[in-house]
Amino acid sequence: MSQPKKELLVDPLVDNNPITLQVLGICSALAVTSSLQVALVMSIAVVAVTGFSSLSISILRNYIPSSIRIIVQMVIIASLVILVDQILKAFAFEISKTLSVFVGLIITNCIVMGRAEAFAMKNPPIASFLDGVGNGLGYGLLLMLVGVVRELFGSGSLFGITILETVNNGGWYVPNGLLLLPPSAFFIIGLLIWAARTWKPAQVEEREFKIQVVEEH
Amino acid sequence: MGDLVSLAVKAIFVENLALSFFLGMCTFIAVSKKIETAIGLGLSVMVVQVITVPANNLILTYLLKPGALSWAGFPDVDLTFLGLISYIGVIAAMVQIVEMTLDKYFPPLYNALGIFLPLITVNCAILGGSLFMVERDYNFAESTTYGLASGFGWALAIATMAGVREKLKYSDIPDGLQGLGITFITAGLMAMGFMCFSGVKL
Repeated sequence: MSQPKKELLVDPLVDNNPITLQVLGICSALAVTSSLQVALVMSIAVVAVTGFSSLSISILRNYIPSSIRIIVQMVIIASLVILVDQILKAFAFEISKTLSVFVGLIITNCIVMGRAEAFAMKNPPIASFLDGVGNGLGYGLLLMLVGVVRELFGSGSLFGITILETVNNGGWYVPNGLLLLPPSAFFIIGLLIWAARTWKPAQVEEREFKIQVVEEH
Repeated sequence: MGDLVSLAVKAIFVENLALSFFLGMCTFIAVSKKIETAIGLGLSVMVVQVITVPANNLILTYLLKPGALSWAGFPDVDLTFLGLISYIGVIAAMVQIVEMTLDKYFPPLYNALGIFLPLITVNCAILGGSLFMVERDYNFAESTTYGLASGFGWALAIATMAGVREKLKYSDIPDGLQGLGITFITAGLMAMGFMCFSGVKL
């Protein structure tokens, strides 16, 4: 194996984060970040699905004919998502109601398919499992960051526990209602990407058009 | 009839799949650089959505719902847990059929939309449409309307986004925000614009 195992797990967290760099899997994620508890459950579900789907696809990789590989991957992923969905419905019914369709949408989450196609089809099972878990964690990390900002400043609490006493309850903090609405998730992710790229300038995209600088004489 | 119209308006503006549920974001961000391609993709999403949402509705009513199999002699069987896997199967198959039909009978359209069709199988907006149909218990007429309207809403969102981005590439943006970052912020502003519709009642 060319890459050490630790790197497989840690690399997708910052250096190669699936959301900020590869633009994968934003689809089903942003709507679930308005409270931290839901974001946590969603992250765990995604980590489980990416990890185990990469593992099973990698075990089967030598038996899958390449012409029907997409369908086979789809079926494996869909079965895992059904498992997650049923477990959530059995043990965390309230949260599964809040997540509504977004658990099902893990199937079309591009991270899962992307890792299966790009990594698990070519690598041994354990490495693929770690790569899947790592990418799931990178996704979860971003989800949690957005969740913390949105819940803390939007309703003054974390995990439902009040941190900033809001004005309505006799405290001092005036909650920013915008943060609970969908558009704020776009802003927060945009700003996070900005921060990540200022920290690691190598990730900055090339400009399509150079702004011409007029020199002063 | 009035119900259907209000359902359609709601699906296009108030509950826009792209801008208020973040569905189909990967393609929304990746394929919105040029207006022509964006419109092509939007059209194909609409076509596929109109076919798959009602098809999944039929599958749900006649195969999966508790008691739906009574015509085959199994009145107690409840197969709803197989929902996800059947919907994605239907979507993949439908996309393939649409692709083949277009290739055979409408080659110009196929040439225009062909490259986007495989992308659509994994577009969350399509699966999301079907899942919303299940969650909200739409009947056949409602799900056809919903499919058409939500597809149109998505197409509208990606076309406007592409319009903004075509102008955006000439502007002076900080290095770290270049590309992906500013696209997200633009999408956020557009989502705020679409929120103005949320008070509309019909």
